[in-house]
Amino acid sequence: MTLGSVPPKFKVSIDRDQCMDCGRCIENCSYGVYRREGDKILIESRKCTACLRCVAMCPRDAIDITEKPIDYRPHPVWTREAREDIINQARSGKIILSGMGNAKDLPIIYDRLLLDACQVTNPSIDPLREPMELRTYIGKKPSKIKFRKTESGDVELETKLAPNLKLDTPIMIGHMSFGAISLNSQLSMAKAVAETGTFMGTGEGGLHKKLYPYQDHMIVQVASGRFGVNIDYLERGAAIEIKIGQGAKPGIGGHLPGEKVNEEVSKTRMIPFGSDAISPAPHHDIYSIEDLVQLIRSLKEATEWKKPIFVKIAAVHNVASIAAGIARSSADAVVIDGFRGGTGAAPKVFRDNVGIPIEVAIASVDQKLREQGVRNEISIIASGGIRNSADLAKSIALGADSIYIGTAALVALGCRVCGNCYRNLCPWGIATQRPDLVSRLDPEVGAMQVSNLIHGWTLELSELMGAAGINSIESLRGNRDRLRGYMLDEGMLKILDVLPAGA
Amino acid sequence: MKTVGIDAKGMHYTPLNQKIRAAVADGAEEIILDNVLGQRFIGDGLRGNVRIIINGVPGGDLGMFMSGPTCIIHGNAEHAPGNTMDSGMLVIHGSAGDAVAHSMRGGKVFVKNNIGYRGGIHMKQYEVDARPILVIGGTAHSFLGEYMAGGLVLVLGIGKEKAMTDRGIGSGIHGGEIVIRGEVDDYLLGVGAKKFEFTEADLERIAPIIKSFCEQFGYDPAEFLDTNYTRIGPASSRPFASKYVWE
Repeated sequence: MTLGSVPPKFKVSIDRDQCMDCGRCIENCSYGVYRREGDKILIESRKCTACLRCVAMCPRDAIDITEKPIDYRPHPVWTREAREDIINQARSGKIILSGMGNAKDLPIIYDRLLLDACQVTNPSIDPLREPMELRTYIGKKPSKIKFRKTESGDVELETKLAPNLKLDTPIMIGHMSFGAISLNSQLSMAKAVAETGTFMGTGEGGLHKKLYPYQDHMIVQVASGRFGVNIDYLERGAAIEIKIGQGAKPGIGGHLPGEKVNEEVSKTRMIPFGSDAISPAPHHDIYSIEDLVQLIRSLKEATEWKKPIFVKIAAVHNVASIAAGIARSSADAVVIDGFRGGTGAAPKVFRDNVGIPIEVAIASVDQKLREQGVRNEISIIASGGIRNSADLAKSIALGADSIYIGTAALVALGCRVCGNCYRNLCPWGIATQRPDLVSRLDPEVGAMQVSNLIHGWTLELSELMGAAGINSIESLRGNRDRLRGYMLDEGMLKILDVLPAGA
Repeated sequence: MKTVGIDAKGMHYTPLNQKIRAAVADGAEEIILDNVLGQRFIGDGLRGNVRIIINGVPGGDLGMFMSGPTCIIHGNAEHAPGNTMDSGMLVIHGSAGDAVAHSMRGGKVFVKNNIGYRGGIHMKQYEVDARPILVIGGTAHSFLGEYMAGGLVLVLGIGKEKAMTDRGIGSGIHGGEIVIRGEVDDYLLGVGAKKFEFTEADLERIAPIIKSFCEQFGYDPAEFLDTNYTRIGPASSRPFASKYVWE
């Protein structure tokens, strides 16, 4: 053991004057930080992940957690992370896995984009008095529509419209599979989207029977492992999404470890109990854009052309050209997942280094599709690190039709972004299959929290639009004139097609 | 038996599938498709116990997501017949293209002659009654049974000196088995695949499948029941477990 141990990440202490010795910290910590010995609660700080479950449950605010109690000699290049990754790999010789989204301190473009508001010359609109049209349709729109007159003199629509999803608010919840997260988490979100008139994704984990009552609000996913996919599953979904890639790990497949494949997960994914669920890097029936067309059409044909088909890709360097190909492939929506997208587990080197920010991806895809005259052929759904209603409004102004949230919805369920999703120990009952932990999350309460979040963002979006004198989401979409860049370089402003602040 | 005939000449796949669905809904037990030429997705997502006779060459993704029907193809088949199929049967009196039985979860695909690359890739098995079976009369190209998670791939090598001569057999396999008639050179095995002894019990297990295959194509099963096979399976049920370390 020439390497010894690295310093603990967190230091946990209990204010013994405040502590009433109720033991809730011991009960709640699934990582085993606390234990009772005699009449004392002992602490093992090294096991702490800063999930803050104990802090949230302590009735006396007696717990204190500090980060990096012992740090390394400061160095601008050889950061703590750089040193510890090397130590880890010197020990193991393996690929480092990590949870949640990109953890690098890179500038966030959303924070350098500013929204507009009306003053004097054009009046702002008060959403209290005026209706705000947030209804969004996801799917193909005809380039023109034809009407005919009936014998009775009525006017009828002659153009055949493609199936669209009708959203009451442009906020959907992205794909997090049963397996990666618990059934109670999925149930909470399903109830919330049904209540708020929007949709959520199933992820590549099948559709559990308990979610059937909410199937009209579920987008079923077909990924490279084809887990849980059969004709029944495809017919139940309101829409079908083909997952090509994910922002947290573009270009590679997925891998649900056998430990997380319990009885229910096994049934829903249709794989044996305790076996690894391996999703290959590519779909092995898609090796070209022509093959993608074939998969899309096979799904349409199987469901008799009644369902919109989405294609989800990670935002990578050539995202605009790829999306233009997808727009011509019979797909109804393209989902772009930026490099800050979350995950249950991904190789750290991918999570932190592969892909591009969602903000530039939206702008360049929207631009390319407009240039090619095919923007109406496909809706754009943006995801990957969208944190609040301002990010939502900016995404739409850059050209998205709607967004997917993931981490934000989990935070509404209790997640504190500790990033230990892969350990099956989530003390909030979210990223775990352990029954005692899952039961901590009450789907009724969870649903209320998630729908509160969606309501809150929807109200804020209406206010932001009203302030800008816009009363319809259609008028905000791709309206980059209502954005200004702050401290963004010229090259970035050009890609975003946004003027600098002051111009 | 209620039989329905459909002339597919010059017909696009969507109206063709609509006619097939309508016939099934109308209680047809057998549907005969004539002049099939490249129409994709025949029987896509189709349910029931109907028997479909296909005269001609169907296009890609034949029987995709299919759940129940039997298709007898008098001709070759294109890319990925039996793709993500749930149950039912495809009997191909000819050869087939790449990705045959891709991600198939149940049912049977019998191919009289040869198949292309990545046959049986990511085939998976759930319960005993959902065990997918792919039997190839001739031979297969590379990456046969790659990422396989369950089921059986059987290669008979009829008329070949060696049943398999292409590489990458079972790379990443973590469930199921690949049985190949005769000897298989070690260098043909993919990463994570391993040879196992083929026992009498194994032969007994696969004998009904061999007989069923021979019955479909009019072969005498005797010569396939008195011969050597090589059985290939996963070296580990968790081939990637040792590749990663947590942060």
